[in-house]
Amino acid sequence: MSNFWNDPNAIIVLLGTVLLSMGAAVVGNFTFLRKRALVGDAVAHSVLPGICVAFLISGSKDPIWLMLGAVIAGWISLLVMDFIIRKTRLKADTATGLVLSVFFGLGIFMLTSIQHSGNASQTGLDKFLFGNAASMMERDVYIFAGTAVILLILTLVFYRPFRLVSFNREFAESIGMPVWFYEFLLSTMTVLAVASGIQAVGVVLMAALLITPAAAGRYWTDKLPIMMLLSALFAGISAWGGTWVSFAVPSMPTGPWIIMFLSIIAITSILIAPQRGIVARNRLRRRNESKILRENILKTFYYLGQANRDFKIPRTAQDLLEIRGFSVKELQLGLRLESKIGNLVRNGNGWALSDEGLAESFRIVRLHRLWEMYLNKRLHLKPDHVHQGAEAIEHVITPELEKLLEEELGHPTLDPHQSEIPYLP
Amino acid sequence: MKKEEKIALEAHNLTVSYGARPVLWDVDFELPEKKLIGVIGPNGSGKTTLLKTIMGLIEPLSGYVEIYNQNMDDVRNRVSYVPQRESVDWDFPASVLDVVMMGRYTKSGLFGRAGKDDRKMAMNALEQVGMAGFSNRQISKLSGGQQQRVFLARSLAQQADFYLMDEPFAGVDAASERAILDILTGMRDKGKTLLIVHHDLHTAAEFFDYIILLNTRLVAAGPTSEVLTTENLQLAYGAQLTVLSQVADLVKEKDFPVREKGLKDRQQ
Repeated sequence: MSNFWNDPNAIIVLLGTVLLSMGAAVVGNFTFLRKRALVGDAVAHSVLPGICVAFLISGSKDPIWLMLGAVIAGWISLLVMDFIIRKTRLKADTATGLVLSVFFGLGIFMLTSIQHSGNASQTGLDKFLFGNAASMMERDVYIFAGTAVILLILTLVFYRPFRLVSFNREFAESIGMPVWFYEFLLSTMTVLAVASGIQAVGVVLMAALLITPAAAGRYWTDKLPIMMLLSALFAGISAWGGTWVSFAVPSMPTGPWIIMFLSIIAITSILIAPQRGIVARNRLRRRNESKILRENILKTFYYLGQANRDFKIPRTAQDLLEIRGFSVKELQLGLRLESKIGNLVRNGNGWALSDEGLAESFRIVRLHRLWEMYLNKRLHLKPDHVHQGAEAIEHVITPELEKLLEEELGHPTLDPHQSEIPYLP
Repeated sequence: MKKEEKIALEAHNLTVSYGARPVLWDVDFELPEKKLIGVIGPNGSGKTTLLKTIMGLIEPLSGYVEIYNQNMDDVRNRVSYVPQRESVDWDFPASVLDVVMMGRYTKSGLFGRAGKDDRKMAMNALEQVGMAGFSNRQISKLSGGQQQRVFLARSLAQQADFYLMDEPFAGVDAASERAILDILTGMRDKGKTLLIVHHDLHTAAEFFDYIILLNTRLVAAGPTSEVLTTENLQLAYGAQLTVLSQVADLVKEKDFPVREKGLKDRQQ
């Protein structure tokens, strides 16, 4: 794409789409946090009849007129949704779906009529469905990008009240904050964000640009300012990619490409984000499973040595399997891991507890029996009902909780089955 | 009411409906100041609605509320409201300090910009509820009791005179319950008035000086020992007012007004 960078119009359009995508994404954070994603989608679809009416009245594709039509239609859709929820027995989800389909259907009907009317200036009106950045004129870009800049400034100025209204509306009202004003402002900004994106992204996919960046950003951070920055970054990168494709293949609509790039970022976030991501959560689950397996093996060493009070006798895998149903494969894995840590020592055909391993096995059996005691004394479970619960909980109890347990139970020495609660001498 | 006790709040003939069904009928009471006051009643008896109506979050069909003999809007900066813990999404991206700082909005500048003093007061409030070490903690990583304490700290940071709290003891462990009660009684001893919605009848006698017993209508209001009588409890929890409940259902079904228009209940 050597000529891309030499085309001043292309650069302007590129900067414009990047900016308006960032504006929509930043405003979208509050749409996302107020759980109004579907409402955003309904508004985005509902601006289509507004665009058509604006074209019919003005007879031009001047973006000022089209945006005006879009904003008015967007607001009407919000009011209609609100009216349906308040005045009928229909619930919010039904109202949203109803408004989306009726308004969008009306828009498609009008669009088709206009296209068959033989009006020469109508060509390209269908670009508003899926967007076509490459067809944007310099003046269009300035108007849409200018709107985005206004949205960004408004978000910065009203950041704190917006956050409070999104988090705890009732509290905001209780301190006398003009909540209706901030909600009106947020709704207007959402409609404006949608209206500014129509030519680049199109009405069908605009809601994705509003919501997806914030949803992806949420995966990486617990801080709202960083989440907003990330969402702007994600939207900007995607807009860049989508616009570039639009210039490379002019017949290709821009919206789907922007959303493709955005979806890749979102799916990546859902997968690999630390803590919240699926990969991180799976890793944590596997780590837990490994801990449970290894602790169960050490515990089995304790049980085997319990009768003769000689815990350090070497045991073979067969010995262990006789009193606990491990699968052979996981047992071997667990034994290998524990000897690597140093809790077990290889000894001829079998393994024996090291000093550290001995302390560990005592600790786990102790937690098991303390928890059985607790279930018996505090939850009044019968002694023959406490074992299974303790099998799971023994692995999660921290040293702090262990201390609490001991104190609350008065440092017991025997569990509900009259077995010793073991402490190292 | 004794002469030296000033009235902190007067609720006059409040009738409120939620959706179409009336949930409070002609509730009328006065509250003395500098007391720890409990709002007690069975589920669905209108406790939360009463608090919201007092705060002006719900418009009553009839009646009015005065705090310190004034309209709520004129005394808002002296009143603090703690909504139910479940009323917010605790997965919201905010830290403990962020939430407590929300209590300083009224006092700080136009767009809620906070100053150094505000931050100090917020930290001070966190210290009072024993959460100073958690100021940077993400709110989704708090236990139920800790969430309640964060809400309490936000309320303390408001530095009000009159506090309305909706179930501050819900979902907390015994230790937190004790800690929260100590904070509330401490506030009362400093001359604050507290109106607390509480669901546990057994602890109510121990917690509160003064009690409003509610079940859609006001059953009783007064000092704890006078209100918590077997007879009153029977009235609130036992016998259903079958006719009242059927009338309420009918009002909802027929979409009938509970109050006729043009009837002014406030003589000024």
